[in-house]
Amino acid sequence: MADLELKTRQGFAPDAGHESGASALPDEIPITLTVNGRRQELHVRPWTTLLDLLREDMSLYGTKKGCDHGQCGACTVLIDGQRMNSCLALAVTKDGSEITTIEGLASPDGTLHPLQEAFIEHDAFQCGYCTPGQICSGVALLREGHAKTAEEIREHMSGNLCRCGAYTNIVDAIESVMAKETAK
Amino acid sequence: MYETHVGSPRNRVDGRKKVTGTAPYAAEFTAPDLAQGYVVNSAIAKGRITAIDTKDALAVPGVIQVFTHQNRPRTAWRSTAYQDEVAPPGKPFRPLYDERIHYSGQPIALVVAEDFEIARYAASLVRVSYEAEQHQTDLTKVREQAYTPKYRTSMGPPSPRGDAEAAFGRSPVKVEGSYRIAVEHHNPMEPHASTVVWEGDGKITVHDKIQGCQNTQRYIRQVFGLSASDVHVISPYVGGAFGSGLRPQYQLFLAVMAALELKRSVRVVLTRDQMFTFTYRPDGLQEVAMAANEDGALQAIRHDLIGNTSTFEDYTEQTVGWSGMTYHCENYKGTYKVAQLDTYTPGDMRAPGAPTGLFPSESAVDELCHKLGMDPLKFRLKNYNQVDEATGKPFTSKELRAALQLGAERFGWSKRNHKPRSMKEGNELIGWGMAVGMWEAAMQKTAARAVLTIDGKLEVASASADIGTGTYTIMAQIAADALGLPIEKVTALLGDSSLPSAPVEGGSWGAASTGTAVELACHAVREKLFGYARGINDSPLGAAGVNEVQFREGRIALISDPSRFVTIQDAMVAGGVDRIEAEETASPSKITMLKYSSYAHSAAFVEVRVDEELGVVRVTRVVQAIAAGRILNPKTARSQILGGTVFGIGMALHEESMADHNLGRFMNHNIAEYHIPVNADVPNIDVIFVDEHDDLTSPIGVKGLGEIGICASPAAIANAVFHATGKRIRELPITIDKILGTKEAA
Amino acid sequence: MNRFSYARPGSVADAVRELAGHPAAKVIAGGTNLVDLMKYNVERPTHLVDVGRLPGLKEIEEAGEGLRIGALVSNTAAAYDERVKERYPLLSSAILAGASPQLRNAATTGGNLLQRTRCYYFYDPATPCNKREPGSGCPAKNGQNRILAILGTSEHCIATHPSDMCVALAALEAVVKVVGPNGERSIPMADFHRLPGNMPEKDTNLHADEIILGVELPEPRFAKHYTYLKLRDRLSYAFALVSVAAALEMDGDTIGEARIALGGVAHKPWRVEEAEMMLRGKTADRRVFAAVAERILEGAQGFGHNDFKVDLARRAVIRALSQAARGTPQSQTDKRIQ
Repeated sequence: MADLELKTRQGFAPDAGHESGASALPDEIPITLTVNGRRQELHVRPWTTLLDLLREDMSLYGTKKGCDHGQCGACTVLIDGQRMNSCLALAVTKDGSEITTIEGLASPDGTLHPLQEAFIEHDAFQCGYCTPGQICSGVALLREGHAKTAEEIREHMSGNLCRCGAYTNIVDAIESVMAKETAK
Repeated sequence: MYETHVGSPRNRVDGRKKVTGTAPYAAEFTAPDLAQGYVVNSAIAKGRITAIDTKDALAVPGVIQVFTHQNRPRTAWRSTAYQDEVAPPGKPFRPLYDERIHYSGQPIALVVAEDFEIARYAASLVRVSYEAEQHQTDLTKVREQAYTPKYRTSMGPPSPRGDAEAAFGRSPVKVEGSYRIAVEHHNPMEPHASTVVWEGDGKITVHDKIQGCQNTQRYIRQVFGLSASDVHVISPYVGGAFGSGLRPQYQLFLAVMAALELKRSVRVVLTRDQMFTFTYRPDGLQEVAMAANEDGALQAIRHDLIGNTSTFEDYTEQTVGWSGMTYHCENYKGTYKVAQLDTYTPGDMRAPGAPTGLFPSESAVDELCHKLGMDPLKFRLKNYNQVDEATGKPFTSKELRAALQLGAERFGWSKRNHKPRSMKEGNELIGWGMAVGMWEAAMQKTAARAVLTIDGKLEVASASADIGTGTYTIMAQIAADALGLPIEKVTALLGDSSLPSAPVEGGSWGAASTGTAVELACHAVREKLFGYARGINDSPLGAAGVNEVQFREGRIALISDPSRFVTIQDAMVAGGVDRIEAEETASPSKITMLKYSSYAHSAAFVEVRVDEELGVVRVTRVVQAIAAGRILNPKTARSQILGGTVFGIGMALHEESMADHNLGRFMNHNIAEYHIPVNADVPNIDVIFVDEHDDLTSPIGVKGLGEIGICASPAAIANAVFHATGKRIRELPITIDKILGTKEAA
Repeated sequence: MNRFSYARPGSVADAVRELAGHPAAKVIAGGTNLVDLMKYNVERPTHLVDVGRLPGLKEIEEAGEGLRIGALVSNTAAAYDERVKERYPLLSSAILAGASPQLRNAATTGGNLLQRTRCYYFYDPATPCNKREPGSGCPAKNGQNRILAILGTSEHCIATHPSDMCVALAALEAVVKVVGPNGERSIPMADFHRLPGNMPEKDTNLHADEIILGVELPEPRFAKHYTYLKLRDRLSYAFALVSVAAALEMDGDTIGEARIALGGVAHKPWRVEEAEMMLRGKTADRRVFAAVAERILEGAQGFGHNDFKVDLARRAVIRALSQAARGTPQSQTDKRIQ
């Protein structure tokens, strides 16, 4: 039975009529962010997410938008050293933070981060779209110290979806870097 | 010992770009005048738009235009113009065509604004009134209306053989069952996106998420009446697609329409929720019956399917044929009908039809074995066939027997107690299941170009795509071997409509087709180069023919005496050229197609652990043994199988697009609630490639790997669940409620 | 996302004033649920009050015999805090059963208390939903309700509360500290979340002008015999179909005080005190657990797709009590269920 209620319902935003589209935009808010070591003074609108700021305003497209709702982990970046979903962080709330994206992991001379190398060596990606998020997440995992075994790595990497199914290779890549770090 | 690149594990040549985030996907190209579009979708499943009010949206500062069916610029009026390279029979959906609503989630407006956030906000201000009509999205309700469709090429059921009904009737051991697999959405990690760059003068450069850039180009030309020189499609990286990128999707139409009308660059990216508003793996009601003699000799197979399609196209896939091809059986009959629903047209999703058809048929085999008290491995060896009985043609090669044997050995299958519920550890029942898989090994007409320059660099190019499959890498491997160059000297190009022609990448034909074309082009370059080398006065190569020399380490040397050589540079200098270019087209062999059947095969062995009291299933071990011809790159090949297996775990245990039939709408339209496997769901997966020599399928001996990994996995998992619990679950995904709600088989 | 203004007050008092001055304002800290809902046009605040940096709310402190966890303590910080792990391992375990490391790094204790339902209809403004749009109807009752409630539902709403942390807090009888224009007040966990009744739009008893300061955990009593058992549609990163927080005081085989809270089954963490009383003084035994489970699920009612949850919840209670009694809490990484 079709829900006849819908006949009179409106589209995507049922209560949209309460707002006037013509209202003036709030002023942009000045913030400071240190992105990949570079301190930047920026002006942002309050609804701009860190993800959109990185991609659309800073052309740092390495951070991916896979779902825009914290469901896939493709947008994972390090905020003050902690991995977070940049899609759910309003940029204005991160004023003063240090952000590291995939573009900031390799050394300035181009030497890759050991986990980036390990991802290549273990073929820990296919299409590559979830990869920056996986690597940022993995870099944080290595620092956090909560995951030591393959089983723990699997659990602690479960916030990063990979539709190509490279999971076992991702775990291998992380384990290989962990083993090298332990050997040091 | 000289190691060729082909056959050796090689890292991806695009690896560095992907791990540094510098590989650009469709939504990551930009232009100074870029505007952004946001799509508004229908809330109802059927009916018409009675009013669409865009006033408030247009009043938002920064909004450039709102496109609806009322102000859509003129496009081709014939629906055939919207038919892309792989469109099924019917009239393709035309976005914003008129006020009619054909399915819930149908795009009904595009808001274009100066930036993404303005467009998204303004889209929320578009007000739509509908007149809803009675819709139907429930396949079980239209079973009676099912009809025999216009099948897509080779998608019809195979011809019946023998008398399946009679054989079934007289056989002593038989099983029958109804099966269903939930609708699945592809959900590649990269959402569908198109960036259309306005080049001025009616010309556009398009970056589209597509598995074949020339399909996009052709679609745009046909729909918008542009010439080939006006439309350049560049899509070097595709963030997964699994079939969702075979056909141009609606964001492409909308972005091109807006760019041409506004004469500026426009990008349209779909949201994750909008990824549930176009194609998907179809629903299907399947019936499978099988019968055998007491000794396990298979006597009869019946396989019937009613699948869903849309109201505007007839989508079909090869589903019921697999059951009749996997084993020797003299009596087979399959039927395939479709019924229309008020949904978008289903589409190809990783191995379309194969795991779908093999889940019921391989479940039935398992059930038959249980009734016979026979080892499922033994049954499969006993009923082994070397001929495709659907056509009577021999297989080009079929090393499934080796796959079964090696896989079983690696898994430890011989230790299996075939009685269900025979293994338990703690709270968990342990089950071992197996299944076999098949996928057609095909080649498609594909062209490639090779350019060798005097600096010793080689560029190979084709308009095909690498959707994560590793095409760039195998192209570079083949090219490096052909001319004896280090792989670092080779550049592979794909995903550009100006490159030599290639069809969409799909169906596991990419490596065979593009790989062969690249090899042909490189060999053509090699011939020219060899000619120059031979032309040198007193050439060290003497009177040797091209087959008497080897191309290694930048040199052309006599095989008999490698100390006698000419360097590539010297040869080119001698020939007076600084570049050698060749373009070649690879085509499937007509003789092979006429005389043989060609398939890749797999044997999957799975261990599951089931906490029966709580209904929780875990896959804890997988062995996949694959017979797919020559393996160009064991590293990336293994990844293809891993990926297919994970897709299979998803189909078996997780994936389900849940429709509310009252609303005619998929409701769990996001990837928090549409579950795909996460890392914790995936155990170690052991992949074995068995030796299989096949020079008939493709000149380079390749059969393709993109699909074969998924084909057997869902059935193997379901069979393992049966072995663990004694419960035969005939509907996927096998979720907690189904474990709890299913009774043990007698 | 709709248009809104933004303020970042410097003190709790300023934040309360800021909130009072804007009727359609929302408080934001981690943003993991609010920003998510704003992008879907489900939440449409006209003003955001960023409390993320307010002083004094990021600490975990001793509070009498218990512990006070500030509203801004992240889920990660709470779960891995040595005192929480040692004294309230149930809470630590429940937090780690939820979401992903990334989300737990951003999500706060206060925000998690206010997490909204995952009901598909609530999330989709193209469909009616009484919680999102009071009076528009509840298609979930006759629709896709696999993930929805079986207890405490009303004709208007069958949504579930999705948090894992809150289930543990309910079992531990934590108290939520809040502040508003009229000063501070304490809300026991049992009263913090509401049942939908005829006002499903209201998830909690927090007033619109109040801000959460933190939660106070009473004297620790269940550090040995506890478990958080979460059952879901994949092995990680999914919301609970059913979860059970169980906490027992044990003297040998004899049960003293018992607490059982269920997640995924109702509009709030579900506790039945009479059922808990049934355990007191009893020897830990499957039959006793089964009777307790029966009592907890009394009156449970499915709506079709979620019928299985009634039986599943019963089984989960029994298993969780067994785990707690044995002192073998469920690991959140080892996916074998104890």
